[in-house]
Amino acid sequence: MLKIENLHARVEGREILKGLSLSVDAGEVHAIMGPNGAGKSTLGNVLAGRDGYEVTAGSVTYNDIDLLSLAPEARAAAGVFLAFQYPVEIPGVNNTYFLRAALNAQRKVRGESELDSMQFLKLVREKLKVMHISDELLHRAVNAGFSGGEKKRNEIFQMAVLQPQLAILDETDSGLDIDALKQVAEGVNALRSPARSFLMITHYQRLLDYVVPDFVHVLADGRIVESGDKSLALKLEEHGYAGIGESHPAGAAA
Amino acid sequence: MSQPASSPLLASLLDAPLPPSSGVAWLDAARRENRASFAAGGLPDTRVEAWKYTPLRALGQRPFASGDAAAGARAVDPSILALPGVDGPRLVFVNGVFRADLSALDALPAGLTLQPLSQALEGDAQPLRFALSRHYREIGDAFARINAASAVDGVVLRVAAGTRLAVPVQLVFVGAAAEADLAWHARNVIELGEGAGLTLIEQHAASGEQAHLATLVGDIEVGEGARLQHVVLQDAAVGASLVRRSSLRLHARAQAGLHVLELGGALVRHDIRAELVGDDARLDTRGVFMPHGRQHIDTQLAIRHQALNTVSSSNWRGVASDRARGVFRGAIVVAPGADGSDASLGNKNLLLSPGAEIDTKPELEIYADEVKAAHGATVGQLDERALFYLRSRGIALAPARALLTGAFCRAVLDDLPNEALRDHLAALLIAQLPMAAEQPS
Ligand SMILES: Nc1ncnc2c1ncn2[C@@H]1O[C@H](COP(=O)(O)OP(=O)(O)OP(=O)(O)O)[C@@H](O)[C@H]1O
Ligand SMILES: [Mg+2]
Repeated sequence: MLKIENLHARVEGREILKGLSLSVDAGEVHAIMGPNGAGKSTLGNVLAGRDGYEVTAGSVTYNDIDLLSLAPEARAAAGVFLAFQYPVEIPGVNNTYFLRAALNAQRKVRGESELDSMQFLKLVREKLKVMHISDELLHRAVNAGFSGGEKKRNEIFQMAVLQPQLAILDETDSGLDIDALKQVAEGVNALRSPARSFLMITHYQRLLDYVVPDFVHVLADGRIVESGDKSLALKLEEHGYAGIGESHPAGAAA
Repeated sequence: MSQPASSPLLASLLDAPLPPSSGVAWLDAARRENRASFAAGGLPDTRVEAWKYTPLRALGQRPFASGDAAAGARAVDPSILALPGVDGPRLVFVNGVFRADLSALDALPAGLTLQPLSQALEGDAQPLRFALSRHYREIGDAFARINAASAVDGVVLRVAAGTRLAVPVQLVFVGAAAEADLAWHARNVIELGEGAGLTLIEQHAASGEQAHLATLVGDIEVGEGARLQHVVLQDAAVGASLVRRSSLRLHARAQAGLHVLELGGALVRHDIRAELVGDDARLDTRGVFMPHGRQHIDTQLAIRHQALNTVSSSNWRGVASDRARGVFRGAIVVAPGADGSDASLGNKNLLLSPGAEIDTKPELEIYADEVKAAHGATVGQLDERALFYLRSRGIALAPARALLTGAFCRAVLDDLPNEALRDHLAALLIAQLPMAAEQPS
């Protein structure tokens, strides 16, 4: 479903991704771990199409299309979803209105019929229950004044409504209390399906106890320096990043 | 500092005969004096600080006919008078002339006096003397001078002490298409007695294309403990020049809330001068100006705190596109003795096109003690992070911009209590945006 080959990307003239390769098949959950500043969020931003991230080499193929050639909104309509590490507050734009506009914009591009407000409300009610989100958040402006945990949950709630094919979760577990973490994990697990894939960026083994990954990768200094199964995450938890990826000359990270 | 008295604007206005005698000696004298000052001073140029960003050169080159003999018969589409959430007494002027047929003055609520100035002057003019015998001394007052010299009509509105009106009062000034470009004027006097309450909707509307010059001068007196909600919807014709001055005085414990939408007009200038003269008075001003095309919209807000523990809070937004220009000056003075006052003023602006311009200038002068004051102004573009967030969810660039811009302007309506009116005004703001068609449905 997703094939990243030798991806190089720069931000403000500085090379951050330095030859990153990764393949994700339909239905798989991949965890990406790695030290601060390694380029994990940069990868998410490049995949979602954020301006200012210049790809200088390599390719990203998503369902046989060149993902990098698409505008961010076209990627979303094609099923790519990024749960932000730092969700943006948008005062004055109502959460429900925003989400319906987003869903209908995607559906329109895909040639599906748009949902009227009754149909949309029904969908939202279902998803709210799964995500343990209170109605009240829906009536507020997008993320405006939300607590850190509420913002993260709102990301997962949006994912549940938008039903992407490829979900990139950037530290969605950071800053969550233990109950919220379980609920978010539950939300992710509820969406796992043979057709849907996940890239989960995280610093903690804990999330992976609840959402068990098929693969774990270590991203250090702009590339994947080690890959393994879930036992790799346990090893990292114990020993840190020291000694990881020693077989790669450029891969050693602090 | 003045243009030569031979400028076509000046010549045409001074060519017109004085208004017929009002029968009130002091009023006729005030008209003559102000006319003489207007003739001597002419129009201010951009060296006059208050007109620095609003050149009047082009306006000065145009002649205007005075008075519209046919104003009483001009057809006006009644739909322009209808506003959701506003269904009460109404006073309508077309090209400055009172129109009884379009007004709604039957069965006025007890405690409300509402009549055209022309009628009020037929009765006892004495209560109007303070407002109408003023002599404007500064060259920057050119339009107030010509207004004082020429206005024969306008609004007289009084709310008796202790009367809290449940229904809003609507004042509508319509510029209607005519055979020539007209100069017309209106003079408004509004008083809220002690403990009175009033919601006032002031509308500037267009009936057909025209390029008139209109001047409006209004005095609003908010008595002790009185409450005023004042909404101004300016949607004049795209060719119109509209110069207004609103002076407010707030007495002890008075509260006034002002919401202004500046949408229409070619050359628009609004001076708001507020004085908080009584202890614990409070003024909240909110406004948005949205010039597009080649519009020029200038708002000059001046607030003086003159008494103890007075509060003012102002939040203004500007959105300019195409080759339009917005000007905002927010000047707050906390005078000696106005200890314990709290003044805040913010003006945020968005430029949607490279050819658009907004000049903003907050000013704060404090001469009292224990004062809390904050002011700031910004001019910028839309938040890139917010745009990317919306796009990453599937909303295309153009509607994402429209969504963010709409939210930016709508913020000034947040604390408007009349929900039906608020929704209507919000829809007008959105429709005014250059990317209106791009709004997600
Ligand atoms: N917009 C930007 N402008 C400047 N530098 C940037 C920008 N985005 C990322 N960087 C830099 O790129 C490097 C990688 O950042 P990135 O956010 O991808 O790290 P990360 O792996 O997600 O780290 P963390 O675990 O702390 O979230 C950092 O040095 C960061 O400062
Ligand atoms: Mg990161």
